[in-house]
Amino acid sequence: MIRFLLKGLFRDRQRSLLPVIVVVTGVLLTVLMQTMMTGILGDLIDFNAKFSTGHVKVVTKAYAERMDQTPNDLALSKVAQLKEKLQTEFPSMEWVPRIRFGGLIDAPDSIGETRSQGPAIGWGIDFLSAGSKEAERMNIPKSMVSGHLPKKAGEVLLSNQFAEKLKVVPGDQITLFGSTMNGGMTVYNFKVAGTVIFGSGVLDRGAFIADISDVGQALDMPDAASEILGYFKNNRYDKIQAADAVKKFMSAMNTADPYAPVMISLRDQNNLGEMVDYEDLVSVMIISIFVMAMSLVLWNAGLLGGLRRYGEVGVRLAVGESKGHVYRSLIWESILIGSIGSVIGSVIGLLLSLWIGKNGINVSGFMKNASMMMPSVYRTVITSPAFYIGFIPGLFATVIGTALAGIGIYKRNTAQLFKELE
Amino acid sequence: MESNKTVITIRNLVKTFPMGNREFTALNGINLSFAKGEFSGLVGPSGSGKTTLLNIIGTLDSPTEGEAIVLGDSVGELSQKKAANLRNMKIGFVFQTFNLLPVYSTFENVEFPLLLQKMSAANRKKSVMDALDWVGLTDKAKSRPAQMSGGECQRVAIARAIVKKPEIVLADEPTANLDAENSHNILKTMEKLNQSLGTTFLFATHDEKVIGYLKRIIKLVDGKVASDEIFAKK
Repeated sequence: MIRFLLKGLFRDRQRSLLPVIVVVTGVLLTVLMQTMMTGILGDLIDFNAKFSTGHVKVVTKAYAERMDQTPNDLALSKVAQLKEKLQTEFPSMEWVPRIRFGGLIDAPDSIGETRSQGPAIGWGIDFLSAGSKEAERMNIPKSMVSGHLPKKAGEVLLSNQFAEKLKVVPGDQITLFGSTMNGGMTVYNFKVAGTVIFGSGVLDRGAFIADISDVGQALDMPDAASEILGYFKNNRYDKIQAADAVKKFMSAMNTADPYAPVMISLRDQNNLGEMVDYEDLVSVMIISIFVMAMSLVLWNAGLLGGLRRYGEVGVRLAVGESKGHVYRSLIWESILIGSIGSVIGSVIGLLLSLWIGKNGINVSGFMKNASMMMPSVYRTVITSPAFYIGFIPGLFATVIGTALAGIGIYKRNTAQLFKELE
Repeated sequence: MESNKTVITIRNLVKTFPMGNREFTALNGINLSFAKGEFSGLVGPSGSGKTTLLNIIGTLDSPTEGEAIVLGDSVGELSQKKAANLRNMKIGFVFQTFNLLPVYSTFENVEFPLLLQKMSAANRKKSVMDALDWVGLTDKAKSRPAQMSGGECQRVAIARAIVKKPEIVLADEPTANLDAENSHNILKTMEKLNQSLGTTFLFATHDEKVIGYLKRIIKLVDGKVASDEIFAKK
């Protein structure tokens, strides 16, 4: 009997192929949506952590109050000592000083006259120390377009778009015009080592990265840094551990001193708090809405499939099949269709997610004028829910749809089914 | 090959259907009985209650009042499961529109009732081929309904009805979709089965061609038996 029913199922493409295609489509979209949302939210937080906020950040209290202006006159001093103290107190984290600044970059011609210039966001990070992970953390080696990473003092990386705008190539000299920590003007020459695409509209428009010792020298910031960023060694932001670290650090600090260092968690920077708090919730909400919508579609498909078979059900009842047997066979069919569709849809969805995770979707075209620090290439991230989330609409919605349609059949008088059959 | 054994007894049968705020009486005080091997028919205009009575005898519906006893079981008291079992084992249906399952072959359509009886594959094959032989369609065993004519489809439907060797075959307007030649072929096939297997045939029809073959004609008018005539030999 099972073989007989399966034969009918696979021969009737409207009962098998069509529902499977609907289920596969729904499931694959659900899986893609889940991996995409996980990727986008994760990327946004991760990108900010790597480039701007760290998992926690130590700055002076005064700097913290005007952090968006990067006021280097309020920067941290005695950084080596402070870094050592942080490493001792918080050994589970890696501590990296950085200098953030703004300035004007000038590209001179062969006789030293200005050929082109433009404003830039600048970073001083640790390129040259042995074992430094800063370049990898910011994904710079993989984002290089031309040239090489700074290998010696005086070398600098420019964002590729900015370099094109200035018409400079690796090997050219550029000049930084900026202000020192003490408010004086600084003019400092660098040699372009390479160009890089950061994957963020704000940075790609004009960014400048050099070794922190060079930048310190240019801005007259010896043993000083705008901020010291702390990263958990597993590279994942943990809001509870970060809050504990902040609490521990701040309990020992003299908060009355405006130059005393303060520690700030990622969630308290760049308006990321809500995103962190709602990361899981937003993801669940968006996915739930999508799953619900897909469930309605698949439920409807199950319902229509059931109703389309009133005639067949009538014949089967006339031949002597019991209503219960007919109903159970409809449910088993929908389980089979839902399972096949869910497995195929999940596999295709995961493969597509894998591809998008590797290659990314470039949305830089939509973010040309974005001022928020966010990635312009989004990637999917496959987490464990991606392996089962598609089964919610794929299997359950299809079965529930069929079950409801089946109840209609079950409750109808047999003779009424016959009238409809005739 | 007639016998005096009563297979269907209808007593004071009333069937009403709700119709808005009122009730429509489809059958009103029917009293009938059918002996084994009868070749009889319910005739009358549309709305006279023929199909309703056939549905009750076929355990697809139940009486509002009175009783219908089919092969010893009172239809109104049968559970869904027992009614399905009675249909599966002892009652065959032939419909106006054939109602074959389109995705299955002739063989598979005829085989279906036997699968429900959990008959062995070898016995199933023999029974199906016998039934197809009775209706002259052994060469069409692998054909699908869409590949056959209306007359052939109706013969498949008859084979499906008789393959389980039922005691009663209920045929609701079996020739309504057939031309004259096919109608006569079908009726001759049914007559032959009635004579050789002793199966009781009960038709619901207003087709003169069918009426010409019947040995007993029960005329229904407005849900009541208007006449009940038995013809010794046709």
